[in-house]
Amino acid sequence: MTIHQLSIFIENKAGTLVGLLRQLKEANISLIAISISDTMDYGVCRIVCSEPVKAYSVLKEAGVAVSLREVIAVELDDEPGRAADAIGILSDEGLSVAYMYSFRITGKGVIVFRTDDNAKAIAALTRGGLNMIREEELSRLV
Amino acid sequence: MIWNEHKETMSRDELSAMQGHRLHKMVDYVYHNVPFYRKKLQEMDLIPDDIRTIEDIVKLPFTTKQDLRDNYPYGLQAAPQSEIIRIHASSGTTGNPTIVGYTRRDIEIWAECMARCLTAYGMTRNDTFSVSYGYGLFTGGLGAHYGVEKVGGAVVPASTGNTEKHIRLIKDLGIDGIACTPSYALHLAEVMEKLGISKDEIKLRIGAFGAEPWTENMRQEIESRLGLKAYNLYGLSEIMGPCVSFECSCQSGSHINEDHFYPEIIDPSTLEPLGRGRQGELVFTTLTKQGMPLLRYRTRDLCSLIEGDDCPCGRTTVRMSPVMGRSDDMLIIRGINVFPSQVESVILDIPECAPRYLLVVDRVDNLDTLTVHVEMRPEYFAEADTIDAITSLAGKVAGKLHSVLSIGAQVQIRQPGSLERSMGKGKYVIDNRILK
Repeated sequence: MTIHQLSIFIENKAGTLVGLLRQLKEANISLIAISISDTMDYGVCRIVCSEPVKAYSVLKEAGVAVSLREVIAVELDDEPGRAADAIGILSDEGLSVAYMYSFRITGKGVIVFRTDDNAKAIAALTRGGLNMIREEELSRLV
Repeated sequence: MIWNEHKETMSRDELSAMQGHRLHKMVDYVYHNVPFYRKKLQEMDLIPDDIRTIEDIVKLPFTTKQDLRDNYPYGLQAAPQSEIIRIHASSGTTGNPTIVGYTRRDIEIWAECMARCLTAYGMTRNDTFSVSYGYGLFTGGLGAHYGVEKVGGAVVPASTGNTEKHIRLIKDLGIDGIACTPSYALHLAEVMEKLGISKDEIKLRIGAFGAEPWTENMRQEIESRLGLKAYNLYGLSEIMGPCVSFECSCQSGSHINEDHFYPEIIDPSTLEPLGRGRQGELVFTTLTKQGMPLLRYRTRDLCSLIEGDDCPCGRTTVRMSPVMGRSDDMLIIRGINVFPSQVESVILDIPECAPRYLLVVDRVDNLDTLTVHVEMRPEYFAEADTIDAITSLAGKVAGKLHSVLSIGAQVQIRQPGSLERSMGKGKYVIDNRILK
Protein backbone atom coordinates (compact mmCIF):
# COMPACT_ATOMS: atom_id res chain seq x y z
CA MET A 1 0.00 0.00 0.00
CA THR A 2 3.01 2.25 -0.17
CA ILE A 3 5.18 3.58 -2.95
CA HIS A 4 8.90 4.21 -3.12
CA GLN A 5 10.17 7.75 -2.97
CA LEU A 6 13.72 9.00 -3.52
CA SER A 7 15.13 11.60 -1.13
CA ILE A 8 18.29 13.32 -2.26
CA PHE A 9 20.52 15.56 -0.18
CA ILE A 10 21.56 18.56 -2.27
CA GLU A 11 23.58 21.66 -1.63
CA ASN A 12 22.11 25.10 -2.41
CA LYS A 13 24.50 25.74 -5.22
CA ALA A 14 24.06 26.52 -8.91
CA GLY A 15 24.11 23.39 -11.02
CA THR A 16 23.31 20.84 -8.32
CA LEU A 17 19.68 20.26 -9.22
CA VAL A 18 20.27 20.16 -12.94
CA GLY A 19 23.09 17.66 -12.42
CA LEU A 20 20.74 15.40 -10.52
CA LEU A 21 17.94 15.69 -13.07
CA ARG A 22 20.33 14.95 -15.94
CA GLN A 23 21.42 11.74 -14.26
CA LEU A 24 17.80 10.67 -14.08
CA LYS A 25 17.24 11.72 -17.69
CA GLU A 26 20.15 9.58 -18.86
CA ALA A 27 18.68 6.62 -17.01
CA ASN A 28 15.37 7.26 -18.83
CA ILE A 29 13.44 7.84 -15.60
CA SER A 30 10.14 9.78 -15.78
CA LEU A 31 9.24 12.07 -12.92
CA ILE A 32 5.75 11.94 -11.46
CA ALA A 33 6.21 14.41 -8.62
CA ILE A 34 9.07 16.42 -7.21
CA SER A 35 9.42 18.58 -4.14
CA ILE A 36 12.31 20.45 -2.58
CA SER A 37 12.53 21.59 1.01
CA ASP A 38 15.37 23.91 1.75
CA THR A 39 17.36 25.58 4.48
CA MET A 40 19.99 28.29 3.95
CA ASP A 41 22.70 25.95 2.75
CA TYR A 42 21.15 22.71 1.64
CA GLY A 43 17.94 21.01 0.82
CA VAL A 44 16.29 17.67 0.40
CA CYS A 45 14.77 16.86 -2.96
CA ARG A 46 12.01 14.25 -2.95
CA ILE A 47 10.96 12.45 -6.07
CA VAL A 48 8.25 10.02 -7.10
CA CYS A 49 9.17 8.49 -10.44
CA SER A 50 8.58 5.68 -12.89
CA GLU A 51 11.23 3.17 -11.76
CA PRO A 52 12.31 4.21 -8.27
CA VAL A 53 14.51 1.19 -7.50
CA LYS A 54 16.45 1.61 -10.73
CA ALA A 55 16.73 5.38 -10.17
CA TYR A 56 18.00 4.70 -6.66
CA SER A 57 20.78 2.41 -7.83
CA VAL A 58 21.80 4.81 -10.60
CA LEU A 59 22.19 7.66 -8.12
CA LYS A 60 23.81 5.53 -5.44
CA GLU A 61 26.34 4.27 -7.99
CA ALA A 62 27.14 7.92 -8.79
CA GLY A 63 27.94 8.58 -5.12
CA VAL A 64 24.85 10.74 -4.47
CA ALA A 65 23.45 10.91 -0.91
CA VAL A 66 20.12 9.30 -1.72
CA SER A 67 17.64 7.28 0.27
CA LEU A 68 14.79 5.09 -0.86
CA ARG A 69 11.77 5.19 1.44
CA GLU A 70 8.27 3.89 1.54
CA VAL A 71 5.74 6.67 1.67
CA ILE A 72 1.99 6.78 1.45
CA ALA A 73 0.33 8.21 -1.66
CA VAL A 74 -3.39 8.61 -1.15
CA GLU A 75 -5.84 9.38 -3.94
CA LEU A 76 -8.40 12.11 -3.29
CA ASP A 77 -11.49 13.14 -5.22
CA ASP A 78 -11.17 16.48 -6.93
CA GLU A 79 -13.47 18.47 -4.66
CA PRO A 80 -13.07 20.91 -1.75
CA GLY A 81 -12.35 19.48 1.69
CA ARG A 82 -10.96 16.04 0.72
CA ALA A 83 -7.41 16.85 1.89
CA ALA A 84 -8.79 18.08 5.20
CA ASP A 85 -10.67 14.78 5.57
CA ALA A 86 -7.57 12.69 4.88
CA ILE A 87 -5.30 14.61 7.21
CA GLY A 88 -8.12 14.67 9.76
CA ILE A 89 -8.05 10.86 9.81
CA LEU A 90 -4.32 10.90 10.57
CA SER A 91 -4.77 13.58 13.19
CA ASP A 92 -7.49 11.58 14.93
CA GLU A 93 -5.03 8.67 15.14
CA GLY A 94 -2.43 10.94 16.74
CA LEU A 95 -0.15 10.68 13.71
CA SER A 96 1.82 13.67 12.53
CA VAL A 97 3.09 14.36 9.04
CA ALA A 98 6.86 14.82 8.63
CA TYR A 99 6.57 16.15 5.09
CA MET A 100 3.96 16.19 2.35
CA TYR A 101 3.52 17.17 -1.28
CA SER A 102 0.97 16.50 -4.00
CA PHE A 103 0.36 15.94 -7.70
CA ARG A 104 -2.62 15.41 -9.97
CA ILE A 105 -3.71 12.60 -12.19
CA THR A 106 -6.77 12.58 -14.41
CA GLY A 107 -9.72 13.58 -12.28
CA LYS A 108 -7.92 12.96 -8.99
CA GLY A 109 -5.45 14.56 -6.68
CA VAL A 110 -2.74 12.59 -4.90
CA ILE A 111 -0.99 13.55 -1.70
CA VAL A 112 2.30 11.93 -0.77
CA PHE A 113 3.43 12.01 2.84
CA ARG A 114 5.53 10.37 5.50
CA THR A 115 4.33 9.67 9.03
CA ASP A 116 5.98 8.03 12.03
CA ASP A 117 3.90 4.90 11.56
CA ASN A 118 2.96 3.95 8.01
CA ALA A 119 1.07 0.77 8.96
CA LYS A 120 -1.17 2.62 11.40
CA ALA A 121 -1.78 5.39 8.86
CA ILE A 122 -2.69 2.94 6.09
CA ALA A 123 -5.10 1.09 8.34
CA ALA A 124 -6.83 4.32 9.34
CA LEU A 125 -7.04 5.70 5.79
CA THR A 126 -8.40 2.37 4.51
CA ARG A 127 -11.08 2.41 7.21
CA GLY A 128 -11.89 5.93 6.05
CA GLY A 129 -12.57 4.53 2.56
CA LEU A 130 -9.57 6.10 0.86
CA ASN A 131 -7.50 4.50 -1.90
CA MET A 132 -3.74 4.25 -1.65
CA ILE A 133 -1.63 4.10 -4.79
CA ARG A 134 0.51 0.97 -5.11
CA GLU A 135 4.01 0.72 -6.42
CA GLU A 136 2.94 -1.24 -9.52
CA GLU A 137 0.54 1.54 -10.47
CA LEU A 138 3.33 4.09 -10.77
CA SER A 139 4.14 3.22 -14.38
CA ARG A 140 0.47 3.76 -15.22
CA LEU A 141 0.74 7.33 -13.92
CA VAL A 142 3.63 8.32 -16.17
CA MET B 1 63.48 -8.92 16.43
CA ILE B 2 66.03 -6.28 17.41
CA TRP B 3 68.89 -5.25 15.14
CA ASN B 4 71.21 -3.70 17.71
CA GLU B 5 70.31 -5.11 21.10
CA HIS B 6 73.04 -3.21 22.91
CA LYS B 7 71.94 0.22 21.70
CA GLU B 8 68.19 -0.35 21.54
CA THR B 9 67.72 -1.93 24.97
CA MET B 10 70.30 -0.16 27.14
CA SER B 11 69.16 1.12 30.52
CA ARG B 12 67.81 4.67 30.57
CA ASP B 13 70.64 5.81 32.85
CA GLU B 14 73.27 4.41 30.56
CA LEU B 15 71.52 5.95 27.55
CA SER B 16 71.26 9.39 29.21
CA ALA B 17 74.93 9.30 30.11
CA MET B 18 75.85 8.43 26.55
CA GLN B 19 73.57 11.15 25.16
CA GLY B 20 75.14 13.73 27.50
CA HIS B 21 78.61 12.72 26.45
CA ARG B 22 77.71 12.82 22.75
CA LEU B 23 75.93 16.16 23.11
CA HIS B 24 78.99 17.72 24.71
CA LYS B 25 81.17 16.47 21.84
CA MET B 26 78.61 17.66 19.29
CA VAL B 27 78.44 21.19 20.73
CA ASP B 28 82.23 21.33 20.80
CA TYR B 29 82.31 20.15 17.19
CA VAL B 30 79.83 22.71 15.83
CA TYR B 31 81.39 25.49 17.94
CA HIS B 32 84.68 24.96 16.17
CA ASN B 33 83.38 24.13 12.71
CA VAL B 34 80.17 26.08 12.07
CA PRO B 35 80.47 29.89 12.36
CA PHE B 36 76.67 30.17 12.51
CA TYR B 37 76.54 28.13 15.75
CA ARG B 38 79.66 29.67 17.25
CA LYS B 39 78.11 33.11 16.85
CA LYS B 40 74.80 31.96 18.35
CA LEU B 41 76.48 30.34 21.35
CA GLN B 42 78.69 33.36 21.91
CA GLU B 43 75.66 35.65 21.83
CA MET B 44 74.14 33.47 24.56
CA ASP B 45 77.38 33.54 26.48
CA LEU B 46 77.80 29.77 26.18
CA ILE B 47 80.92 27.71 25.65
CA PRO B 48 80.95 23.95 24.85
CA ASP B 49 81.99 23.12 28.44
CA ASP B 50 78.69 24.54 29.71
CA ILE B 51 76.96 21.54 28.11
CA ARG B 52 77.85 18.48 30.17
CA THR B 53 74.70 16.40 30.54
CA ILE B 54 71.73 15.80 28.29
CA GLU B 55 69.62 17.99 30.61
CA ASP B 56 71.83 20.93 29.59
CA ILE B 57 70.30 20.75 26.11
CA VAL B 58 67.65 23.32 27.10
CA LYS B 59 70.38 25.97 27.26
CA LEU B 60 71.08 25.60 23.55
CA PRO B 61 69.59 27.75 20.78
CA PHE B 62 67.01 26.42 18.33
CA THR B 63 67.60 25.93 14.62
CA THR B 64 64.82 26.54 12.10
CA LYS B 65 64.18 25.79 8.47
CA GLN B 66 64.73 29.49 7.82
CA ASP B 67 68.27 29.20 9.26
CA LEU B 68 68.95 26.44 6.73
CA ARG B 69 67.64 28.63 3.90
CA ASP B 70 69.56 31.69 5.06
CA ASN B 71 72.78 29.70 5.14
CA TYR B 72 72.24 28.07 1.73
CA PRO B 73 74.01 26.08 0.43
CA TYR B 74 76.88 25.08 2.74
CA GLY B 75 76.67 27.50 5.67
CA LEU B 76 75.66 24.84 8.21
CA GLN B 77 77.97 22.14 6.96
CA ALA B 78 80.53 21.19 9.60
CA ALA B 79 82.66 18.65 7.75
CA PRO B 80 85.15 19.73 5.08
CA GLN B 81 83.94 19.14 1.51
CA SER B 82 86.55 16.38 1.06
CA GLU B 83 84.70 14.31 3.69
CA ILE B 84 81.27 14.69 2.07
CA ILE B 85 80.29 11.68 -0.05
CA ARG B 86 76.64 12.49 -0.78
CA ILE B 87 74.37 15.52 -1.02
CA HIS B 88 70.57 15.46 -0.82
CA ALA B 89 68.28 18.42 -1.43
CA SER B 90 64.70 18.97 -0.31
CA SER B 91 62.05 20.51 -2.52
CA GLY B 92 62.27 24.26 -2.15
CA THR B 93 58.67 25.25 -2.79
CA THR B 94 59.37 28.50 -0.95
CA GLY B 95 62.82 30.02 -1.03
CA ASN B 96 66.08 28.11 -1.25
CA PRO B 97 66.10 24.32 -1.20
CA THR B 98 67.60 22.63 1.85
CA ILE B 99 70.98 21.05 1.15
CA VAL B 100 72.22 18.21 3.37
CA GLY B 101 75.73 16.79 2.95
CA TYR B 102 76.63 13.38 4.43
CA THR B 103 80.04 11.97 5.35
CA ARG B 104 80.81 8.27 4.95
CA ARG B 105 80.12 7.75 8.65
CA ASP B 106 76.77 9.58 8.36
CA ILE B 107 75.75 7.22 5.57
CA GLU B 108 76.79 4.23 7.70
CA ILE B 109 74.81 5.44 10.71
CA TRP B 110 71.83 6.10 8.46
CA ALA B 111 71.96 2.52 7.17
CA GLU B 112 72.37 1.23 10.74
CA CYS B 113 69.30 3.15 11.93
CA MET B 114 67.29 2.07 8.89
CA ALA B 115 68.32 -1.55 9.56
CA ARG B 116 66.87 -1.17 13.07
CA CYS B 117 63.55 -0.04 11.56
CA LEU B 118 63.36 -2.88 9.05
CA THR B 119 64.32 -5.50 11.65
CA ALA B 120 61.58 -4.21 13.94
CA TYR B 121 59.09 -4.72 11.09
CA GLY B 122 60.20 -8.35 10.93
CA MET B 123 62.44 -8.13 7.86
CA THR B 124 65.41 -10.52 7.61
CA ARG B 125 68.22 -11.28 5.16
CA ASN B 126 65.96 -13.84 3.51
CA ASP B 127 63.51 -11.18 2.35
CA THR B 128 63.13 -9.34 -0.91
CA PHE B 129 62.20 -5.72 -0.31
CA SER B 130 60.90 -3.20 -2.80
CA VAL B 131 61.84 0.44 -2.23
CA SER B 132 59.20 2.64 -3.83
CA TYR B 133 60.07 5.97 -2.39
CA GLY B 134 61.44 8.28 -5.04
CA TYR B 135 65.14 7.79 -5.70
CA GLY B 136 67.02 11.00 -6.25
CA LEU B 137 67.42 14.22 -4.33
CA PHE B 138 64.71 13.05 -1.91
CA THR B 139 66.18 10.98 0.95
CA GLY B 140 63.43 8.33 0.92
CA GLY B 141 64.66 6.05 -1.86
CA LEU B 142 68.37 5.81 -1.09
CA GLY B 143 67.77 5.89 2.66
CA ALA B 144 65.56 2.82 2.67
CA HIS B 145 67.75 1.20 0.01
CA TYR B 146 70.89 1.23 2.15
CA GLY B 147 68.93 -0.12 5.11
CA VAL B 148 67.69 -3.16 3.18
CA GLU B 149 71.24 -3.86 2.01
CA LYS B 150 72.56 -3.45 5.54
CA VAL B 151 70.15 -6.10 6.84
CA GLY B 152 71.19 -8.29 3.94
CA GLY B 153 67.88 -8.55 2.15
CA ALA B 154 67.56 -8.23 -1.62
CA VAL B 155 66.54 -4.70 -2.51
CA VAL B 156 64.33 -4.05 -5.53
CA PRO B 157 64.84 -0.34 -6.31
CA ALA B 158 61.44 0.12 -7.92
CA SER B 159 61.20 3.84 -7.10
CA THR B 160 57.87 5.43 -8.12
CA GLY B 161 56.01 5.30 -11.42
CA ASN B 162 55.50 2.35 -13.76
CA THR B 163 53.12 0.84 -11.25
CA GLU B 164 51.94 -2.01 -13.48
CA LYS B 165 55.45 -3.34 -13.99
CA HIS B 166 56.07 -2.96 -10.29
CA ILE B 167 52.98 -5.01 -9.44
CA ARG B 168 54.13 -7.70 -11.83
CA LEU B 169 57.48 -7.88 -10.01
CA ILE B 170 55.76 -7.98 -6.62
CA LYS B 171 53.71 -10.94 -7.84
CA ASP B 172 56.32 -12.82 -9.88
CA LEU B 173 59.24 -12.38 -7.45
CA GLY B 174 57.10 -12.93 -4.39
CA ILE B 175 58.41 -9.68 -2.90
CA ASP B 176 58.08 -9.73 0.91
CA GLY B 177 58.09 -6.08 1.84
CA ILE B 178 57.63 -2.59 0.45
CA ALA B 179 58.75 0.86 1.57
CA CYS B 180 56.70 3.72 0.13
CA THR B 181 54.30 6.52 1.03
CA PRO B 182 50.90 5.38 2.34
CA SER B 183 49.18 7.11 -0.56
CA TYR B 184 51.35 5.20 -3.05
CA ALA B 185 50.37 1.97 -1.26
CA LEU B 186 46.70 2.83 -1.83
CA HIS B 187 47.44 3.66 -5.45
CA LEU B 188 49.15 0.29 -5.79
CA ALA B 189 46.06 -1.43 -4.34
CA GLU B 190 43.82 0.41 -6.81
CA VAL B 191 45.93 -0.51 -9.83
CA MET B 192 46.12 -4.11 -8.62
CA GLU B 193 42.34 -4.28 -8.39
CA LYS B 194 42.04 -2.83 -11.90
CA LEU B 195 44.44 -5.47 -13.20
CA GLY B 196 42.31 -8.12 -11.52
CA ILE B 197 45.10 -9.25 -9.19
CA SER B 198 43.90 -10.20 -5.73
CA LYS B 199 45.92 -9.74 -2.56
CA ASP B 200 46.11 -13.55 -2.24
CA GLU B 201 48.27 -13.70 -5.35
CA ILE B 202 51.00 -11.55 -3.80
CA LYS B 203 53.19 -12.26 -0.80
CA LEU B 204 53.79 -8.77 0.60
CA ARG B 205 53.77 -9.02 4.39
CA ILE B 206 55.57 -5.84 5.50
CA GLY B 207 54.81 -2.25 4.57
CA ALA B 208 57.16 0.52 5.75
CA PHE B 209 55.15 3.69 5.24
CA GLY B 210 56.14 7.27 5.85
CA ALA B 211 57.08 10.66 4.38
CA GLU B 212 53.53 11.97 4.73
CA PRO B 213 50.94 12.04 7.51
CA TRP B 214 48.54 9.12 7.58
CA THR B 215 45.72 7.96 9.79
CA GLU B 216 44.63 4.77 11.52
CA ASN B 217 41.85 4.44 8.92
CA MET B 218 44.38 4.56 6.10
CA ARG B 219 46.42 1.91 7.89
CA GLN B 220 43.43 -0.41 8.10
CA GLU B 221 42.51 0.20 4.48
CA ILE B 222 46.06 -0.52 3.24
CA GLU B 223 46.34 -3.62 5.38
CA SER B 224 43.05 -5.07 4.19
CA ARG B 225 43.62 -4.26 0.51
CA LEU B 226 47.25 -5.41 0.26
CA GLY B 227 47.14 -8.14 2.91
CA LEU B 228 50.23 -6.88 4.74
CA LYS B 229 51.06 -5.33 8.09
CA ALA B 230 51.59 -1.58 7.83
CA TYR B 231 54.27 0.06 9.96
CA ASN B 232 55.10 3.70 10.44
CA LEU B 233 58.51 4.94 9.35
CA TYR B 234 59.40 8.50 10.31
CA GLY B 235 62.24 10.69 9.28
CA LEU B 236 63.18 14.02 7.81
CA SER B 237 65.98 14.98 5.47
CA GLU B 238 67.34 17.76 7.66
CA ILE B 239 68.07 15.25 10.42
CA MET B 240 68.98 12.23 8.26
CA GLY B 241 66.13 10.85 6.17
CA PRO B 242 63.82 7.90 6.86
CA CYS B 243 65.17 6.00 9.92
CA VAL B 244 64.62 8.53 12.71
CA SER B 245 61.81 6.52 14.32
CA PHE B 246 59.85 3.35 13.60
CA GLU B 247 57.02 1.23 14.96
CA CYS B 248 57.84 -2.13 16.51
CA SER B 249 55.42 -5.06 16.47
CA CYS B 250 53.55 -3.54 19.47
CA GLN B 251 52.61 -0.53 17.32
CA SER B 252 52.09 1.80 20.25
CA GLY B 253 54.12 4.74 19.00
CA SER B 254 57.36 4.93 17.04
CA HIS B 255 60.69 4.20 18.77
CA ILE B 256 63.18 7.00 18.21
CA ASN B 257 66.82 6.08 17.53
CA GLU B 258 67.69 8.44 20.34
CA ASP B 259 71.34 7.47 20.64
CA HIS B 260 71.70 9.42 17.37
CA PHE B 261 68.72 11.81 17.33
CA TYR B 262 67.71 13.39 20.64
CA PRO B 263 64.02 14.39 20.74
CA GLU B 264 62.28 17.15 22.67
CA ILE B 265 58.72 18.45 22.57
CA ILE B 266 58.20 22.19 22.91
CA ASP B 267 55.27 24.57 22.96
CA PRO B 268 55.51 26.17 19.50
CA SER B 269 54.43 29.59 20.77
CA THR B 270 56.47 29.89 24.00
CA LEU B 271 59.31 27.49 22.98
CA GLU B 272 59.17 26.01 26.49
CA PRO B 273 59.94 22.27 26.72
CA LEU B 274 56.86 20.14 27.46
CA GLY B 275 56.81 16.94 29.51
CA ARG B 276 56.12 13.43 28.33
CA GLY B 277 52.61 12.92 27.06
CA ARG B 278 52.06 16.58 26.18
CA GLN B 279 51.46 17.42 22.53
CA GLY B 280 53.69 20.04 20.95
CA GLU B 281 56.34 20.57 18.32
CA LEU B 282 58.98 17.90 17.86
CA VAL B 283 62.59 19.11 18.05
CA PHE B 284 65.67 17.04 17.21
CA THR B 285 69.34 17.41 18.02
CA THR B 286 71.71 15.19 16.05
CA LEU B 287 74.17 13.54 18.47
CA THR B 288 76.59 11.91 16.04
CA LYS B 289 76.18 13.64 12.69
CA GLN B 290 79.30 14.95 10.95
CA GLY B 291 78.14 16.44 7.64
CA MET B 292 75.40 18.82 8.79
CA PRO B 293 74.84 18.48 12.54
CA LEU B 294 71.87 20.42 13.91
CA LEU B 295 71.12 21.67 17.41
CA ARG B 296 67.48 21.64 18.49
CA TYR B 297 66.06 21.64 14.99
CA ARG B 298 62.37 22.57 14.96
CA THR B 299 60.64 19.98 12.77
CA ARG B 300 57.23 21.76 12.84
CA ASP B 301 55.69 18.29 13.28
CA LEU B 302 53.17 18.11 16.12
CA CYS B 303 53.18 15.01 18.30
CA SER B 304 53.99 13.87 21.83
CA LEU B 305 56.55 11.60 23.45
CA ILE B 306 54.79 8.63 25.02
CA GLU B 307 55.12 8.15 28.77
CA GLY B 308 56.88 5.00 29.95
CA ASP B 309 59.91 3.30 28.43
CA ASP B 310 58.73 -0.24 29.03
CA CYS B 311 57.57 -1.25 25.58
CA PRO B 312 56.85 -5.02 25.58
CA CYS B 313 59.19 -5.39 22.58
CA GLY B 314 62.13 -4.89 24.94
CA ARG B 315 63.38 -1.62 23.47
CA THR B 316 64.03 1.10 26.01
CA THR B 317 64.08 3.97 23.52
CA VAL B 318 61.41 6.65 23.78
CA ARG B 319 58.40 6.46 21.47
CA MET B 320 56.68 9.31 19.65
CA SER B 321 52.95 9.43 18.91
CA PRO B 322 51.79 9.70 15.30
CA VAL B 323 52.33 13.16 13.86
CA MET B 324 49.04 15.01 14.26
CA GLY B 325 49.82 17.99 12.05
CA ARG B 326 52.24 20.82 11.45
CA SER B 327 52.80 23.75 13.74
CA ASP B 328 53.06 26.04 10.72
CA ASP B 329 49.44 25.10 9.87
CA MET B 330 48.38 26.68 13.15
CA LEU B 331 45.56 29.20 12.89
CA ILE B 332 44.87 31.77 15.56
CA ILE B 333 41.13 32.28 15.74
CA ARG B 334 39.76 34.68 18.32
CA GLY B 335 43.13 34.36 20.04
CA ILE B 336 42.93 30.58 20.33
CA ASN B 337 45.40 28.24 18.62
CA VAL B 338 43.57 25.92 16.24
CA PHE B 339 45.31 23.11 14.39
CA PRO B 340 43.63 21.57 11.35
CA SER B 341 44.74 18.22 12.78
CA GLN B 342 42.39 18.73 15.72
CA VAL B 343 39.47 19.15 13.34
CA GLU B 344 40.64 16.11 11.42
CA SER B 345 40.65 13.96 14.55
CA VAL B 346 37.08 15.02 15.35
CA ILE B 347 35.86 14.30 11.81
CA LEU B 348 37.55 10.90 11.71
CA ASP B 349 35.66 9.96 14.87
CA ILE B 350 32.24 10.70 13.41
CA PRO B 351 31.09 7.75 11.31
CA GLU B 352 28.42 9.79 9.51
CA CYS B 353 31.10 12.01 7.96
CA ALA B 354 33.55 11.23 5.18
CA PRO B 355 37.23 11.80 6.09
CA ARG B 356 37.37 15.18 4.37
CA TYR B 357 36.93 18.70 5.61
CA LEU B 358 37.50 22.33 4.76
CA LEU B 359 38.08 25.12 7.28
CA VAL B 360 37.04 28.60 6.27
CA VAL B 361 38.10 31.47 8.48
CA ASP B 362 36.52 34.89 7.99
CA ARG B 363 36.41 38.18 9.80
CA VAL B 364 32.92 39.62 10.18
CA ASP B 365 32.57 42.97 12.03
CA ASN B 366 36.07 42.51 13.48
CA LEU B 367 35.20 39.08 14.83
CA ASP B 368 36.81 35.90 13.58
CA THR B 369 34.44 33.21 12.40
CA LEU B 370 35.24 29.60 11.69
CA THR B 371 33.14 27.48 9.37
CA VAL B 372 33.89 23.80 9.07
CA HIS B 373 32.64 22.08 5.94
CA VAL B 374 32.19 18.33 6.24
CA GLU B 375 30.86 15.76 3.83
CA MET B 376 28.01 13.52 4.85
CA ARG B 377 28.52 9.89 3.93
CA PRO B 378 25.85 8.68 1.47
CA GLU B 379 25.16 5.65 3.71
CA TYR B 380 24.13 7.92 6.56
CA PHE B 381 21.56 9.71 4.42
CA ALA B 382 20.19 6.37 3.24
CA GLU B 383 19.14 5.80 6.86
CA ALA B 384 17.61 9.18 7.54
CA ASP B 385 16.11 11.35 4.84
CA THR B 386 14.87 14.41 6.68
CA ILE B 387 16.23 17.93 7.07
CA ASP B 388 16.08 17.19 10.77
CA ALA B 389 18.64 14.40 10.41
CA ILE B 390 21.03 16.73 8.61
CA THR B 391 20.58 19.50 11.13
CA SER B 392 21.18 17.15 14.02
CA LEU B 393 24.35 15.83 12.36
CA ALA B 394 25.58 19.41 12.01
CA GLY B 395 24.80 19.93 15.70
CA LYS B 396 26.69 16.80 16.67
CA VAL B 397 29.78 17.85 14.69
CA ALA B 398 29.63 21.38 16.13
CA GLY B 399 29.39 20.01 19.67
CA LYS B 400 32.39 17.74 19.28
CA LEU B 401 34.42 20.49 17.60
CA HIS B 402 33.63 22.86 20.42
CA SER B 403 34.82 20.42 23.06
CA VAL B 404 38.13 19.90 21.25
CA LEU B 405 38.82 23.41 19.92
CA SER B 406 37.27 25.46 22.74
CA ILE B 407 35.77 27.81 20.18
CA GLY B 408 32.44 27.70 18.42
CA ALA B 409 32.34 26.75 14.76
CA GLN B 410 29.60 26.86 12.18
CA VAL B 411 29.20 23.47 10.57
CA GLN B 412 28.18 23.15 6.97
CA ILE B 413 27.14 19.70 5.78
CA ARG B 414 28.20 19.12 2.18
CA GLN B 415 27.13 16.52 -0.31
CA PRO B 416 29.38 13.50 -0.94
CA GLY B 417 32.36 14.15 -3.21
CA SER B 418 32.12 17.95 -2.97
CA LEU B 419 35.33 18.46 -0.97
CA GLU B 420 38.85 17.65 -2.05
CA ARG B 421 40.47 14.69 -0.37
CA SER B 422 41.99 16.44 2.62
CA MET B 423 44.22 13.85 4.24
CA GLY B 424 47.86 14.38 3.50
CA LYS B 425 48.68 17.58 1.71
CA GLY B 426 45.25 18.56 0.43
CA LYS B 427 43.96 22.10 0.57
CA TYR B 428 41.93 22.19 3.74
CA VAL B 429 42.16 25.74 5.04
CA ILE B 430 40.90 28.95 3.49
CA ASP B 431 41.73 32.01 5.53
CA ASN B 432 39.80 35.00 4.21
CA ARG B 433 40.90 37.39 6.93
CA ILE B 434 42.79 40.40 5.73
CA LEU B 435 45.39 41.07 8.37
CA LYS B 436 47.87 43.87 8.42
